[in-house]
Amino acid sequence: MAPARFFPRWLPAGLLAAALAGCGGEAPSAEAPRTVTGPPAHGDTIVEASIGDISGLIPNITSDGASHSVGNLIYDGLVRADRDLSLTGELAESWEISKDERTITFHLKSGVRWHDGAPFTARDVEFTYRYMRDPKTPTAYAEDFLQVASTEVVDPSTFRVRYEKPYAPALLSWALWVLPAHLLEEPWRRGVDLRTTPQNRHPIGTGPFRFQEWKAQEKVVLLASPDYHRGRPYLDRVLLRIIPDSATIFLELKARNVDMAGLTPLQFRRQTDYPAFTRSFEKYRYLSNSYAYLGFNLKDPRFADRRVRRALAHAIDRREIIEGVLLGLAQEAVGPYKPGTWWYTDEVQTFPYDPDRAKELLGEAGWRDRDGDGVLERDGKPFRFTIRTNQGNSVRIQTAEIIQRRLKAIGIDVNIHVVEWAAFINTFIRKRDFEAIILGWGLGLDPDQYEIWHSSKTGPDQLNHISYGNPEVDQLLENGRRTFNQERRKAIYREFQRVLAEDQPVVFLYVPDALTAVSSRIQGIEPAPAGLAWNFIRWYVPRELQRYTR
Amino acid sequence: MIAYVTRLALVSSLQMLAITVLAFAVIHLAPGEPIVLQQELQATQSPQQKQTLRELYGLDKPLHVQYWTWLNRLVRVDLGRSFSPDGLPVWEKIRERIPVTLSLNLAEVCLIYLTAVPLGVFAAVRRHTLFDRLTTVFVFIGFATPDFWLALLLMILFGVQLGWLPISGLRSLNWEYLAPAAQLWDLASHLILPIFIGAFGGLAGLSRFMRGSMLEVIRQDYIRTAQAKGLPERVVVYKHALRNALLPIVTILGLSLPGLIGGSVIVESVFAIPGMGQLAVQSVFARDYPVVMGLLTIGAGLTLLGNRLADVCYGIVDPRIRVTRRSD
Repeated sequence: MAPARFFPRWLPAGLLAAALAGCGGEAPSAEAPRTVTGPPAHGDTIVEASIGDISGLIPNITSDGASHSVGNLIYDGLVRADRDLSLTGELAESWEISKDERTITFHLKSGVRWHDGAPFTARDVEFTYRYMRDPKTPTAYAEDFLQVASTEVVDPSTFRVRYEKPYAPALLSWALWVLPAHLLEEPWRRGVDLRTTPQNRHPIGTGPFRFQEWKAQEKVVLLASPDYHRGRPYLDRVLLRIIPDSATIFLELKARNVDMAGLTPLQFRRQTDYPAFTRSFEKYRYLSNSYAYLGFNLKDPRFADRRVRRALAHAIDRREIIEGVLLGLAQEAVGPYKPGTWWYTDEVQTFPYDPDRAKELLGEAGWRDRDGDGVLERDGKPFRFTIRTNQGNSVRIQTAEIIQRRLKAIGIDVNIHVVEWAAFINTFIRKRDFEAIILGWGLGLDPDQYEIWHSSKTGPDQLNHISYGNPEVDQLLENGRRTFNQERRKAIYREFQRVLAEDQPVVFLYVPDALTAVSSRIQGIEPAPAGLAWNFIRWYVPRELQRYTR
Repeated sequence: MIAYVTRLALVSSLQMLAITVLAFAVIHLAPGEPIVLQQELQATQSPQQKQTLRELYGLDKPLHVQYWTWLNRLVRVDLGRSFSPDGLPVWEKIRERIPVTLSLNLAEVCLIYLTAVPLGVFAAVRRHTLFDRLTTVFVFIGFATPDFWLALLLMILFGVQLGWLPISGLRSLNWEYLAPAAQLWDLASHLILPIFIGAFGGLAGLSRFMRGSMLEVIRQDYIRTAQAKGLPERVVVYKHALRNALLPIVTILGLSLPGLIGGSVIVESVFAIPGMGQLAVQSVFARDYPVVMGLLTIGAGLTLLGNRLADVCYGIVDPRIRVTRRSD
């Protein structure tokens, strides 16, 4: 629940959804009415709940949401995403992009200090970059840094990086958490696994909060850094409680022992509308950075036929899924992007629910019910396939059930197979041993989706697991990476969305809403395209409402 | 006697070895690998880089080689390091969980025995009375109630509605600032519900067992003799019958030794208690092989130890068993 800073550009929405927790609340005694507001004041603690423990305190080598949230508060990047998702400087005061768009020069803020008092310099950035590139570093985010041709520490406050070719996602990649060279470079050179260094237990960063305590499976405590370079945060303490059961989180929220937690659609709509709750909590609803889709294995000749994919898109009623499963708390997806971003367009071909059109298209592709058993056949084989999805995500499982019923209505027999995550990935996704899947993608702050849709990315450990290949899309994805010019990129990605919509390599289903409840004593929250937490250091509790005074 | 102990030790270590071989094979047979959870679908990672990481963890080697490496470390009392990004030694991870789980389970076991034994005895002595029927009903409800559901109901009642007890966790947020006595009460109040829930299910089983054992003893000749001697009923039941009826119960206690450090996943998850059960489940989901193997080895070791202890205890309690052992 921390500011969006470094976002890996793609996250499996499966893990994201698993990290969502519930909450709600009957307060025995009502908190101060929400109308009370006061001037910003320092002090108080925000208690958050996480369903999973953090896995380490060097976020560069972790891949779970909790570790990233905590890491975002302890560490800074050179750049960060602002309220409207545009990039702004954090440790960098400013930057220049050369004319050939191959060199970026960062001018670093002066006077920034690490939490232990050592000065922050370009050497820290250089070290972090080298560490990310080291093949022995167990990180998932090396790819962006492997594109770098060379780096240069021009002087302690200037860092320059060159690329072989212009690489548009580059700028965002420097939102990466910068690590302290004065503590880590020496052990790293000696070949020490940095996971075993004190930094991973008692980290030193440059971020708005200092590390205080981590009790495994119990809590993480952070304290405001008084000399933070963007201003001392108003909240004095952040306490992250690890509560592995979402029902328990919801109860703790109801009892007002937790100040902020995610809600499920059911909790948001039906279980948090009584007066005691609405007095104590403010509920926020905004589009999440993810979308869900029904994907096909395009190596399967049935799905390689575009008419079949379009027919399936017509046969599925997205509205019904959104109303029935998500209680209306989602938007229909027409492509792989989130509405509201500068690169998004909905001026693409859409596939409204139309079972007759679906049957017609399937007929054109040769699928007809010749023996009258209600199932379509072609060359004597019935149209039968299995949709696989991961365990622990009831929204996806219910979505699969609705799709199963709609496809049965047009003569396609669907089975549903729900598999535990690790086994799902390894047995089915990695080996491309599936017919159809329901999954989601987490979206980043850049429109580049080369890794997901480019035809060169279909290898076993790569992300184009549906084996999609379209020369036109390939070309657009390449062009989109090769310029920093926003207008040109906008045109490129709109064209990309248009082609993708026509092709329907997957059926885009929905963009779910993120649902959060925050204690109404906490003020200064401004929901924005970047979500809730983008201005976390400006959140405050007016003096008279402060609850945890020590 | 020395020969007996030596043989026991030899057999135990062979059993131990067999258990670890099996365990190692089984957990590696489960699909998925640790790398998967760290990187699969997460941003971009080249296949070569993945391979490097597999080599780093030694996962590229054949299974028997991996096992041999693990065993070599084990002999030097080293369980290795966790695969997770915290990179902690496995023993340290286990060590920080043991006190919580152990104290929770000890309290549960005490509660179970202190309640189940009298309950069972009364039910047996007053067979077919209203009390017996009531306990029977209670016991079957205890068997049938899903503990996570009961836990949530009690949390809503005592935590949310009445506000008498904390809902989850081990300590309050301001624990560090409390006086020692208040700290103790704080800790205790956090444990009341988990211990009750943990004991509830076990109570049912054990009280039935106690009742059965007691009924059997009461039918024996020596009880009739005692009664015929004109001893007061109280002495007959609590001195002659109970002592003998307790023997099988003591055996069960010995066998619950490994259970003492194996936490209940459900109780620990619902109440957010950082114990062994959670560690076990999470390391299995993350395919954190070193941690899983560490837990299995310790669990297997304690089970074997418990069995051997039970053997020895039988020997002490019942001379016939000792004699048979020696002559075979």
